[in-house]
Amino acid sequence: MTIQASAAGIGDSPTRPDGTPKVLGAFGYASDLTVPGMLHGATLRSPHPRALIKSIDVGPALAIPGVRAVLTAEDIPGTKYYGLIAQDCPVLALGEVRYHGEPVAIVAADDVAAARRAVAAIVVDYEVLTPVTDLRAALFDPDSPKVHAGGNVVRHQPVRRGRADDPDIRALADVVVTREYQVGMQDQAFLGPEAGLAVPAADGGVDLHVATQWLHADAEQIAPCLGLAPELVRMTLAGVGGAFGGREDLSMQIHAAMLALRTGLPVRMTYNRRESFFGHVHRHPAVMRYTHGARRDGTLVFVTAEILLDGGAYASTTEAVVGNAASLGVGPYEVEHLAIDAYGAYTNNPPCGAMRGFGAVQTCFAYESQMDALAAELGMHPLDIRARNAVKQGSVTPTGQVIDAPAPVAEMFAQLRAMPLPPDRAAGDLLPGGYGNTTHGEGVRRGVGYGVGIKNICYSEGFDDFSTARVTLSAADGEPAVTVHTAAAEVGQGLVTVQGQIARTELGVERVAVAQADTTVGSAGSSSASRQSYMTGGAVKAACEAVRERVFSLARERGFQVAEGSRLAGGKIVSASGEPLVDLALVLGADVVEETREYRHRPTGPLDRMTGQGSSHVQFAFAAHRAVVDVDVELGLVRVVRLDVVQDVGRIMNRQSLEGQIQGGTAQGLGLAVLEEIVVADGKVRNPSFTDYLIPTILDMPPMGMRILEYPDPAAPYGLRGAGEPPTLSSTPAIAAAVRDATGLALGRVPIRPEHIAVPAQNAARDG
Amino acid sequence: MKLSLTVNGADRSAQDVWPGTSLLTALREEFGLTGAKNACEQGECGSCTVYLDGDPVCSCLVAAAQAEGRQVRTVEGLGGPEAVQRAFLACGAVQCGFCTPGLVVAVHDLVHRIEDPDEATIREALAGNLCRCTGYEKIIEAVRCAAAELRAELSEHSAPPGLPEPSESSGPVRR
Ligand code: FES
Ligand code: FES
Repeated sequence: MTIQASAAGIGDSPTRPDGTPKVLGAFGYASDLTVPGMLHGATLRSPHPRALIKSIDVGPALAIPGVRAVLTAEDIPGTKYYGLIAQDCPVLALGEVRYHGEPVAIVAADDVAAARRAVAAIVVDYEVLTPVTDLRAALFDPDSPKVHAGGNVVRHQPVRRGRADDPDIRALADVVVTREYQVGMQDQAFLGPEAGLAVPAADGGVDLHVATQWLHADAEQIAPCLGLAPELVRMTLAGVGGAFGGREDLSMQIHAAMLALRTGLPVRMTYNRRESFFGHVHRHPAVMRYTHGARRDGTLVFVTAEILLDGGAYASTTEAVVGNAASLGVGPYEVEHLAIDAYGAYTNNPPCGAMRGFGAVQTCFAYESQMDALAAELGMHPLDIRARNAVKQGSVTPTGQVIDAPAPVAEMFAQLRAMPLPPDRAAGDLLPGGYGNTTHGEGVRRGVGYGVGIKNICYSEGFDDFSTARVTLSAADGEPAVTVHTAAAEVGQGLVTVQGQIARTELGVERVAVAQADTTVGSAGSSSASRQSYMTGGAVKAACEAVRERVFSLARERGFQVAEGSRLAGGKIVSASGEPLVDLALVLGADVVEETREYRHRPTGPLDRMTGQGSSHVQFAFAAHRAVVDVDVELGLVRVVRLDVVQDVGRIMNRQSLEGQIQGGTAQGLGLAVLEEIVVADGKVRNPSFTDYLIPTILDMPPMGMRILEYPDPAAPYGLRGAGEPPTLSSTPAIAAAVRDATGLALGRVPIRPEHIAVPAQNAARDG
Repeated sequence: MKLSLTVNGADRSAQDVWPGTSLLTALREEFGLTGAKNACEQGECGSCTVYLDGDPVCSCLVAAAQAEGRQVRTVEGLGGPEAVQRAFLACGAVQCGFCTPGLVVAVHDLVHRIEDPDEATIREALAGNLCRCTGYEKIIEAVRCAAAELRAELSEHSAPPGLPEPSESSGPVRR
């Protein structure tokens, strides 16, 4: 008899453990939390992007029945500032507001209505100042007001390689294209708004139940602001309704805790959609100017790029976003001579930070548009010029890092090419404008476009990136059972499923429970940078291996034969060839085997401040898209007909979840291409609602073909490659390229709006 | 005001409900039914979808007072996991799941109205339900699975329900 590998282990697609409560409507999201006697919190936010606060009168708010506390910056118990990288963001505005929507005061009341009335009753005397809203001026105009005392440059990261400025080098290029590109401000628009519950504890501390991406980083920022010892801030993950980077920074955490500590009662804060648009950072808008030079055969000679990223009022993760933009700014291409300058700025626009793709999305739109522009100049197929320059294993990146793992970019293009194109438009097909019936097909043109991107996986630039897992094995009723406990945030991506799969595979046990994530176990790091399968997966694997070794010793102590090469499968210790040796339950008896392990990826280094040279990244991941669109060139309406994607993931851990990640990431890229933008005018957000900020509906999304490659990365657990972000990079430029193909327009900005197509078309018609 | 209505087959009432309260808020705050979600409260996302007298509605757009004396059925009242819910699980149509309760009700309505909805019908029927995580592909797959299961149930009245390939109703799914 041979024992088979455990079902629902890695490579399978078991039903997600949180799936049943989710379909039943029984899953406890942060906004569903209630405890008896809890108060409701609300936030007063600045109506101005830049103003001095002359005075705040909370008296009228306190007079409202049911109001228990009204707090301002004066009431912050500890440090007044917090932040993920630089601590520059005040818990509540301190004498000055720097963006539209900045929190100024907070209220706790018996019910939501009283809390909202109290917010409206607070009187703030502002001296309104002219906001700093022009990105270029903020960075380079010496007369620009400073948003913070230290100036408006959060980070400037140059990358220099070869001699891109040398006229002799430039002369080698047969064709040179220079273009400017812009990317609008995208919102994560997770569906479950920010929410959480703070419960004051008898020991003077606070227990927080929140929807977040990184419990420990939250706690580390919260405790000093509350003036509490770290161990007095305890965090438990509440149900998370999507994240996409928007929950990396704190939102309501400190506010709810302040109100709970002040009133001695539990306080829940739940943002509504409007407040959510003000309550988290967004994707950095970008202005980019690229020059590409290539030989007649398409070989890139040099690239120069100036990349400006608007970080808004506070630093958030701008520093790291700039690092990505700089180091990944030419894409998955070999370029001998390059000069990149990436800047992150402070302005009085809404703060920007993490969103899926993290600094690699904006540049991907630009460098892929450049590749298309070169291809057009040279009369080449867009995939041919990309394949000619594609990186491969052994290539050197712009920062001098050798790509030492497989990088099958050229094969991805071949796969994409082999996927069938959709048939030509037929009668009865939905047209641009959809059920609006804006056209009968006249003026509708089809276009095809391509995009490929490169994304770093895990944290970069020397960050001490680790995850912790505690794995417990015991026997109950003669059956072995495993509990996996980490602080890793399940945000929808399916991490709870993968953790269980790894434990089943490593320990050969069917019954695996994944405990609620909280801070009673060490940090797992953030559910960001496509890193959790790699990092927390690696930690769970390591803890399981340690448990297995303990079980083997236990078995030997108890007189059982455990030959070299034995493993665990089917609830037993089995020999290398799969012969069952002894039941785990028998070995364990009443003993509980528990091991905790920290997992670290290989170290990375910083980028040189002047040259940008350094091996700053852990792993590189790639996805490529082909988009087919129909465009009503008269009205400027776009319908994406099909999006095909090829992605290399190293190793498929869970095909179903993986496909879901690729499809969902692709959808967010489509949103950026043609729909999504937070419109900011004079520093004010104009469209903070789902009525005016449009995310893709099921009618906007086309069918998606998909091919998944598995070229293992030997340095990664199971050879896997982070997979959540890459598809978000490449779908945007693919769609933009397809719209260009259909219209013949240059289209240097996303999202592409109808007027970007219709107005030039009408002008051409008039002038022609 | 006082509010009395039937929720998931049971008579429920609440005293002192503010007259402007939406049905969604009443369900969540007064009756403790937090299945219906509150992603926009503007009628844009469908996460709050419930049945009102048998028709799916955005409960955030319905004043609680309008539901006085009427029949409300929420995701909690579908008696699940039933065919649609099992199909969502089996097909991977759930990620963060915040859209799921609303989608489950909307799909429940669709597959009970139309036996074998084609793709265009599915997309049109679900155009009011936003999902930020999935890109909708697996939701469409789930609708097809659920419809197929219901058809199978109809055709073999007494046979125990079982989902068609590639899914099983519970436990690990091998693909
Ligand atoms: S919450 Fe009702 S439609 Fe969004
Ligand atoms: S699964 Fe997250 S919004 Fe649909």
